Amino acid sequence: MGILFHIGRYFLLLGETFSKPERLSLYWQRTIEEVDQLGVRSLGIVALLSVFMGAVITIQTKTNIDSPLIQAWVVGFAARQSTILEFSPTIISLILAGKVGSNIAAEIGSMRVKEQIDALDIMGVNSAGYLILPKVVASVVINPFLVIISMFLSIFGGWAAGVGTGIVSGADYIQGIQMSFDPYHVTYALIKTVVFAVVITTVSAYQGYYTQGGTREVGISSTKAVVYSDVVILILNYMLTQLLLI
Amino acid sequence: MIEVQGVSKRFGATQVLTDINAVFHKGKVNMIIGKSGSGKSVLAKCIVGLHVPDEGRVLYDGRSFHELDKEQKRQVRQEIGMLFQSSALFDSLNVMENVMFPLKMFATMSESEMRDRAALCLKRVNIVDKDHLFPSELSGGMQKRVGIARAIAMTPKYLFVDEPNSGLDPQTSIVIDDLIKELTEEYGTTTIVITHDMNSVMETGENIVFIHQGRKWWQGDKDQLLDSENKELNDFIFASGLMRQVRKAIKGR
Repeated sequence: MGILFHIGRYFLLLGETFSKPERLSLYWQRTIEEVDQLGVRSLGIVALLSVFMGAVITIQTKTNIDSPLIQAWVVGFAARQSTILEFSPTIISLILAGKVGSNIAAEIGSMRVKEQIDALDIMGVNSAGYLILPKVVASVVINPFLVIISMFLSIFGGWAAGVGTGIVSGADYIQGIQMSFDPYHVTYALIKTVVFAVVITTVSAYQGYYTQGGTREVGISSTKAVVYSDVVILILNYMLTQLLLI
Repeated sequence: MIEVQGVSKRFGATQVLTDINAVFHKGKVNMIIGKSGSGKSVLAKCIVGLHVPDEGRVLYDGRSFHELDKEQKRQVRQEIGMLFQSSALFDSLNVMENVMFPLKMFATMSESEMRDRAALCLKRVNIVDKDHLFPSELSGGMQKRVGIARAIAMTPKYLFVDEPNSGLDPQTSIVIDDLIKELTEEYGTTTIVITHDMNSVMETGENIVFIHQGRKWWQGDKDQLLDSENKELNDFIFASGLMRQVRKAIKGR
């Protein structure tokens, strides 16, 4: 089936997803569960990645600009800018597409092949809304927090690696991360994060929702969810950067 | 009463159903029977609204389902209970939560009233002290019974049962068949059972529709079934040695 068919069906699914919930209290309860499932349980991997990526960014920056003409604080400045502008919003979202996206596609895909979505439809429940909307809302709410935590941890990781290895002094690094700080860059990062959160949840849910077959097809949907989410994130990253930064 | 009028359905180049007309009566166990691939499951999905027929209509007590607006369809669906072949219980919910689910979604009751209603439905299908268990901790027969409890939680007017005996031993199958029959009488539902299990047909079938190659080949009750001269129907019914012996015994009387 052509790409236009999938795009059309994706937007029709979004229409169903964002239609009026039958029982708000049930949706709210599910949203809280999803915040835990999709957000809180991703904290460990986000923290680990952030600390090490910050450390690597700092060391690589230092080794590439090791010139007497460039001041020492530039290492901290570059680490902060890389982290806020690109690493935390985009790379963490790509990682979440792998972790959360595959989880969403597998969960919804399994429900489809086990007739549980048919059961919801026959009861008169809007299955798309009930299954997908709480995930979208939860991700939109929790992912910005994950990204902010990631920013702090990544900058901390850079400091620890820089000071620990002696390539940059603590004072220079701190001076660098405070230098020419533009709060709009954080806003830009959070806008990207929210857009990517919607992409991860809806693209993955789409793959799961229209799974046909058995467990093998659930696996295929799960893989497609990650690949397509990543592709859409990369394209939108470029578009948003051009739109918001230039 | 459910009426199916001139329903046809095609998937791509394959014509799956052709001009099906049938009436399913209130308070009776109606059955759709046929070989695997005959189109009976597609017909059932057209009736419950999971598929939209290319032609024809399905009337729920005079309401043409596929012509209703979204809200009206939702209301009709709340009058439907369905037991799926796989039971389709929600994995993440325990037995009590599964049965309470439709009540939580649509009923205007307090939490304790919902719990009481769910407990009553579970008791009705002989599931006691299993409220806290998850579907994966239940046997196939128990899953079916919990599925039935969930289907009757909203006191449905229409009850659909897809292959109720699939994967069950003969004794448990009889328990499930009896339960479906009892509930149909108790609630006065229009019950439609989709099956190819002849034992089940002979035990509970009151109005039987035989689907063959996507067409309605025959309709009647179980007494007429054994006397039918229809070749395709006889090939289907008497495929097993046991049923051939039953026929021999009846004719020898």
